[in-house]
Amino acid sequence: MRTSLSPLQLLRPRSLRDALRLLREERPLVPLAGCTDVYVGLNFSTLHDQRFLNIWGLDGLGGISADGDVLRIGALATYTEIIGSPLVRRRVPMLVSAAREVGAVQIQNRGTLGGNIANGSPAGDTLPVLAAAEALVELQSIDATRKVPFTTFYTGYRQSVMRSDELITAIEFPRIEGPQWFRKVGTRAAQSISKVVMAAVRADRPRIALGSVAPTVVRVPRTEEALAAGAALTDAQRMLQEEIHPIDDIRSTAAYRRRVSANLLAQFWGDTA
Amino acid sequence: MTTARHRLIAFVLNGRRITVRAHPLKRLLDLLREDCGLTGTKEGCGEGECGACTVLVDGQAVNSCLVPVGQIAGATIQTIEGLKGHHRLQQAFAEQGGAQCGICTPGMILAAVALGPRPTLDQVRTGLSGNLCRCTGYMGIYRAIQAAQKPKARVRRRRA
Amino acid sequence: MRRTVGRNVGRNVGRNVGRNVGKNVVRKDGAAKASGAARYVDDLIWPGMLHGRTIRSSIPCGDIARVRLDFDAAGFTVVDAHDIPGRNVVSLIQDDQPCLASSQVRHVAEPILLLAHENPERLRDAKVEIDYRPKTPVLDPEHSSHVFKHVRIEKGAIDEGFRRADLIVEGTYRTGHQEHLYIETNGMLAVPGDGGVTVYGSLQCPYYVHKALCVLLALPHDKVRVVQAETGGGFGGKEDYPSILAGHACLLALKSGRPVKIIYDRTEDMVATTKRHPSIVRHKTGVMRDGTLSAMDIDVLMDGGAYCTLSPVVLSRGSIHATGPYRCDHVRIDGRVVMTHTPPNGAFRGFGAPQTLFAADVHMERIAEALGMDSAKLREMNALRPGDITATGQTLGRDASALEVLRDTLKRSDYHRKRRAYRGTNTGIGLSLFFHGAGFTGSGEVYLASQASLELTPTGVRVLAASTEIGQGQRTAHAQIVAEALGIPYDQVEVEIADTAFVPDSGPTVASRTTMVVGGLLKRCAEQVREKLGRMSPREYLRRHGPLVVTTQYEPPPDTEWDDRTYRGSAYGTYGWAAEVIEVQHDPVTGQVWPLRVTTAQDIGRVIFPIGARGQIEGGTAQGLGYALTEEVVMRDGAMANAQLTNYIIPTSLDTPPIDVVMIERPYAHGPYGAKGVGEMPFDGVAPAVVNAIRSLGIDVRQIPATPERVMAAPPSLVARSDQLRRDQVPPSPLAGSARLRRDKGGEAVRS
Repeated sequence: MRTSLSPLQLLRPRSLRDALRLLREERPLVPLAGCTDVYVGLNFSTLHDQRFLNIWGLDGLGGISADGDVLRIGALATYTEIIGSPLVRRRVPMLVSAAREVGAVQIQNRGTLGGNIANGSPAGDTLPVLAAAEALVELQSIDATRKVPFTTFYTGYRQSVMRSDELITAIEFPRIEGPQWFRKVGTRAAQSISKVVMAAVRADRPRIALGSVAPTVVRVPRTEEALAAGAALTDAQRMLQEEIHPIDDIRSTAAYRRRVSANLLAQFWGDTA
Repeated sequence: MTTARHRLIAFVLNGRRITVRAHPLKRLLDLLREDCGLTGTKEGCGEGECGACTVLVDGQAVNSCLVPVGQIAGATIQTIEGLKGHHRLQQAFAEQGGAQCGICTPGMILAAVALGPRPTLDQVRTGLSGNLCRCTGYMGIYRAIQAAQKPKARVRRRRA
Repeated sequence: MRRTVGRNVGRNVGRNVGRNVGKNVVRKDGAAKASGAARYVDDLIWPGMLHGRTIRSSIPCGDIARVRLDFDAAGFTVVDAHDIPGRNVVSLIQDDQPCLASSQVRHVAEPILLLAHENPERLRDAKVEIDYRPKTPVLDPEHSSHVFKHVRIEKGAIDEGFRRADLIVEGTYRTGHQEHLYIETNGMLAVPGDGGVTVYGSLQCPYYVHKALCVLLALPHDKVRVVQAETGGGFGGKEDYPSILAGHACLLALKSGRPVKIIYDRTEDMVATTKRHPSIVRHKTGVMRDGTLSAMDIDVLMDGGAYCTLSPVVLSRGSIHATGPYRCDHVRIDGRVVMTHTPPNGAFRGFGAPQTLFAADVHMERIAEALGMDSAKLREMNALRPGDITATGQTLGRDASALEVLRDTLKRSDYHRKRRAYRGTNTGIGLSLFFHGAGFTGSGEVYLASQASLELTPTGVRVLAASTEIGQGQRTAHAQIVAEALGIPYDQVEVEIADTAFVPDSGPTVASRTTMVVGGLLKRCAEQVREKLGRMSPREYLRRHGPLVVTTQYEPPPDTEWDDRTYRGSAYGTYGWAAEVIEVQHDPVTGQVWPLRVTTAQDIGRVIFPIGARGQIEGGTAQGLGYALTEEVVMRDGAMANAQLTNYIIPTSLDTPPIDVVMIERPYAHGPYGAKGVGEMPFDGVAPAVVNAIRSLGIDVRQIPATPERVMAAPPSLVARSDQLRRDQVPPSPLAGSARLRRDKGGEAVRS
């Protein structure tokens, strides 16, 4: 399972600054971190990019820290680091739950939070958590830094507001009020891609996000509003089924995804009552 | 075949410092099997699903089919050969039904090494969930790992 | 693990029983496998070696209009059907399958062209354009009129049986493809030389490959040599397919004059190679009010794929097992295996029996539901006993242990109490009873005329047999049998690699025959060697008399008559018997079914290598759980669409529950030390037990895999309608990994 190496290039910057300079001057370049997904595409010849930028191990992109209410996770934090972090466990336990469900230990040791975002799969396990947490994505280019609300990050299937000269450098989480909830419904107990994945926060206005039911991760604002306004659960479930757009694919069916999403909503609501 | 895009990569392999010239996007799996002649690490899928290619990089279990060699400069890598056949897990796998066809065994043993000396059964089941076995139903593997934890009999010396 | 020894011990049990046989010796191949030193075919390198690649059809049916090479051919070897020196067939049963398609294709991924080059990158980048004139493919077996084989089994008078019935229960049961998913893909290395060729490969049957190559390459027997490399799993998937791959590697090797290695990547292996035959089995059963079966009318339809391959034998075994391990005076079984324009299906552990045993035992559950009777009692009433006569007219011997395995399993699993306790909850418990004929069907073993040899060495003997170690413990069990019979230590028995240059044709490593049949041959060899040695040591004998090789050939046991035309007589020398109870947890939120525990008792005759036998039972059970719950082959336009490990779902450690195994020994008089076969039976009974467990929840499933999508869409069963169901909260599963919702442990639902 290998692609031809000769046409491919891997640029190796010495620092974050160097990486950003290369991204500006030598684009297009695909940043490579843990390689758990991009590399599969490369080796299966479904990814046709030829020029890559190694950012694995670069200083300034790792680390998990807190500054008052804000939890800051470096883009290169691996799932293993997230699972083991007392800070994340305390403040965003639903992210720990999600990280535990990614692949298995070998994938968790290499996959990164920034990578999950940049990859932009509709089935990304951490993405509903970021959406429900209303995280901020920090993007850096050689001469600018900006923070984009995660809920506005994606513009379409594997499309985002990130520019070709930008890198995701960190993800910031505000303090989260209310119980957090996460569930991934996969194809088996480990090493599975989700059929439906949901993260939610039971705040005064609940925040509910789902993956694998639309071209991107989605929040369901009308359902959230209905629940906040005291609607019956069955009405909220009906609303949810209208706000999502699941499809039939190789792993599951639209009908199953719809039904399970509604069931997950009920389970979240019952568990966090 | 060396091209301008190949470069020197220095790392520690099974306790020894080595330098190899390779394309930086070559898979670590292929570097080990082809350039280093260490065929103990196996390819089962090339997608990071089966774990047959598991090696330890800086003590952590990773799928070597998903690691480009351009990222391992300075790393410490251990393959099944690095255990030299003497590790108590190797003996236990061979004797307690941990290995049947053996193709998953090198990756399985390294993943087990990464669990540390005394994992609970739950930790074993979770820690090995990235290593697929089609032969054993996993039970023989658990028994082997448990057997490897038993302390060896000690010789008692009589006082003169 | 407990073992109980049957009271009726076969007459072949020798005086030194227990020194080697029945002991947990150190596996012959264990150290090499655990150290990484064992050499599988992709570990082998030859100087001057080329890599090979197969260009395959992208349509299921049609004519090849044009093949165009769109690359610089320098350094390439190109082979098509015209390069075949002998007959362009994969020689097996019907010889209908070409080694390379020439003018037409009959399935997606059919091989058309072969390429070889020294540089894997250039090989991979070579573009080949093929134009077709497509035809409409037949993809639905129910609409295929091309029948590879038809089998009819009749006992008594079926109409009379239905006349006697108080109730008639009908049902249709479906099973899908299954992919072997050996963790090592198919691979071959062919080395030309000396007017012939040697192949090293991942394979189960060196002499099948040998025969196929002689026909394809028009070479005499002594110019073709087949050597088994260490093989990373077979399960039947490397029974016949390697003949094709070996043919390809040899054609490239002979044309280029250089060694050629072809290793399939995982996707190619999944799309192009054989799979388990899908089936549709229809039951119409007459039963009396007290539960006695009076008539069994069974229709078996299997999908063979595009070419015949082994389909007639798969159908044969499936049809013979179609009644399940139950007695009935009036039986009619009508079986067909038909062609569809899909990649040919082939051998897979169980070989037709899992399909029909699934249908039989789920149907038994439905009969019990219809009668309002406990299904364990229904099984016990109708289970075949010693002296009973099967559907083919075989009288069962004293080693028929259905009742013993059933009673043991029910007791150990606490089945009845749990069945009552789980009622109305989301925990299900299901039972199956099953059997498996050991060895080749009917006169198969006589046709094979297998041989095995022992060669004297200075310290002991060397086993020379074509049996292949594929993980099941063949080398070990054979060495144990020989050591036992010779009265020498196990360590002094060497086992030669399966290499046609050195070993006789002991037949294929299939059909659960390796211990029972080939082990039996080796035991006879050992007894002859022992007689010849007398009081001499091997070293002394060699000094005095020179080399010694003893060869024995298969002799059928007495009273085993079989008629291939009427399908009447003793279908198998003996049967293994087993019962299984499986508990599952159903999650109504997602439709997922998690296996919680398996309890099983299996009679495989005398156990030669306990660790090995237990490993086969546990492994076969796990593979059966995948067959029952998650392993769906998604076919689109005649080919497997989910051909990546990420999308074809086999159980991980977290998906596999504890498996509690007891091996009951009811020795077979004609097996070495009483051994029967073990490799396949453990697979057979898993799917019906799982589905019966789902049925106990009130969910009417009749098709596998019972994926969450199917479970969620399934109608309620008779059980649901008659029971008042209380859907409890989902209790935490003992399997609880982070995949399951945890309410109190950290993670999913946390109050901050």
